[in-house]
Amino acid sequence: MYAQEVKSTGRGVKTPEEMSAQERAFQARIDAGEKIEPKDWMPEGYRKTLIRQISQHAHSEVVGQLPEGNWITRAPTLERKAILLAKVQDEAGHGLYLYSAAETLGVSREELITDLLAGRAKYSSIFNYPTLTWADIGAVGWLVDGAAIVNQVALQRTSYGPYSRAMIRICKEESFHARQGFDIMMKMANGTAAQKAMAQDALNRLWWPALMMFGPPDAESVHSAQSMAWKIKVMTNDEGRQKFVDQTIPQIEYLGLEVPDCAARLNPETGHYSFTDPDWSEFFAVLKGNGPCNADRMRARNKAHDEGAWFREGLLAHAEKHQQAAE
Amino acid sequence: MFEFLLRMGDNTLVLGHRVSEWCGHAPVLEEDIALANIALDLIGQTRLWLGLAGEVEGQGRDADALAFRRDAWDFRNLLLVERPNRDFGHTLMRQFLFDLWHLDRLADLCRSADERVAGIAKKCVKEADYHLERSKDLIIRLGDGTDESHARMQAALEALWPYVGEMFTDDALDMEMADKGIAPLPSAQRARFGAALNGVLSQAMLTRPESDFARQGGRTGTHSEDLGHMLATMQFLQRAYPDARW
Repeated sequence: MYAQEVKSTGRGVKTPEEMSAQERAFQARIDAGEKIEPKDWMPEGYRKTLIRQISQHAHSEVVGQLPEGNWITRAPTLERKAILLAKVQDEAGHGLYLYSAAETLGVSREELITDLLAGRAKYSSIFNYPTLTWADIGAVGWLVDGAAIVNQVALQRTSYGPYSRAMIRICKEESFHARQGFDIMMKMANGTAAQKAMAQDALNRLWWPALMMFGPPDAESVHSAQSMAWKIKVMTNDEGRQKFVDQTIPQIEYLGLEVPDCAARLNPETGHYSFTDPDWSEFFAVLKGNGPCNADRMRARNKAHDEGAWFREGLLAHAEKHQQAAE
Repeated sequence: MFEFLLRMGDNTLVLGHRVSEWCGHAPVLEEDIALANIALDLIGQTRLWLGLAGEVEGQGRDADALAFRRDAWDFRNLLLVERPNRDFGHTLMRQFLFDLWHLDRLADLCRSADERVAGIAKKCVKEADYHLERSKDLIIRLGDGTDESHARMQAALEALWPYVGEMFTDDALDMEMADKGIAPLPSAQRARFGAALNGVLSQAMLTRPESDFARQGGRTGTHSEDLGHMLATMQFLQRAYPDARW
């Protein structure tokens, strides 16, 4: 998932006594593992939280094209170029499914995009980091898609039907993305000294932002409780982060690279790694717009939208003319 | 034969690269997806043509060596495909003019006396058919859209028109390929192209430019300034780290 700090109702979770009969019946359906469908009754807070989460996820897919697109024109072989093109095409496709899932909740893609372009909507903090070398393309596939998969696999069980189904489809493609990223890392880590240095550098830079993708620690995550009760979220931030660390550290070792966190240790009793928290002040700074690439990403999206206005208007005008002619 | 294959493979390589430059910057999400798809097809076709070119040459160069380790003067693509993207209208018009030529060319090559050439053409022709269907449809809709979309498409057509003629000129290599039954003369396509083009332009309310001036040179290695910049970007990693494998 590419959603962080999704605002929920802003209040605590209601007790059954505080709920109306309708709300109690809704919660009972959720608790029984039923899927909620677009025409079903739902609390307004559920609808709004879902719109925020799904649209944030969709925006992330769209903005996420930019850091990878940054290397499509410099991909080192025809095969790598083709694979990266296919991957970025998938991301754009994920954006489409997710906007469609959000539209089932009564908002339009246009409204959501307007919010993104005006800076009112969020997208994942990770895409505000630059891709500086070819190894970053490997690391993005491996770490960023790897972290996203941890969340998305869980989200296949989310309570909202259209979102859950979009996740099932997206997960199939994401696992290919993570594998292609790891494959690039394998080549780099086992390549020349310069390639290995690039691989280590990419890991060092992207490790911490990847950990941040899961959102702030549970103790400080103010919006999680209600989303968990509604099964909009099905795993806490810390659970996801731990799972990611546990699966990734052995992969780092397999690559022969150094774990960027010298305090990371496997606890043989629990089977989990202990690790250092990322710098949360950096995370909140990036969310506020002060990441290395926030301004560039939004400038690129706005430029594409503004310069494409004539294209969209031209197609609309043509469709209207022909509709009139047909009537 | 090697040169002929470069002409085919360099066209798809250079145009595929140009199209891929749009990634993440298209006017609407559906176009991001469509452009990535087209670039992907063209890069796939490049691997086939340049792969065969390397085999025919017999010097141990594969498709990557040909794509990433030749300088501009060794490229044999049409000047049309290296024209910069400029606005989306230019990109679409360039694609349409190329697709219209390309589909017809590939249909001819499906009947090549060289089985390897025919085999590649048969794989590529379905993709080219889809590319033309899409680019033709967009040219018609935008030409007959708003005043602005019409003006932009007309301007793109005029700017790219001098690069159309190169697709239909014959040289000694073309004569040799035609004699061997490998590929018909490019000039044989001119009338079919013209008729199909007129049909689309009239539906699109666009006016065919009158000039018959044809800028030439791409197919023999004399390119525009733009190609050097494109190669500087495209070939950066292979040039900067010649010992690396990726």
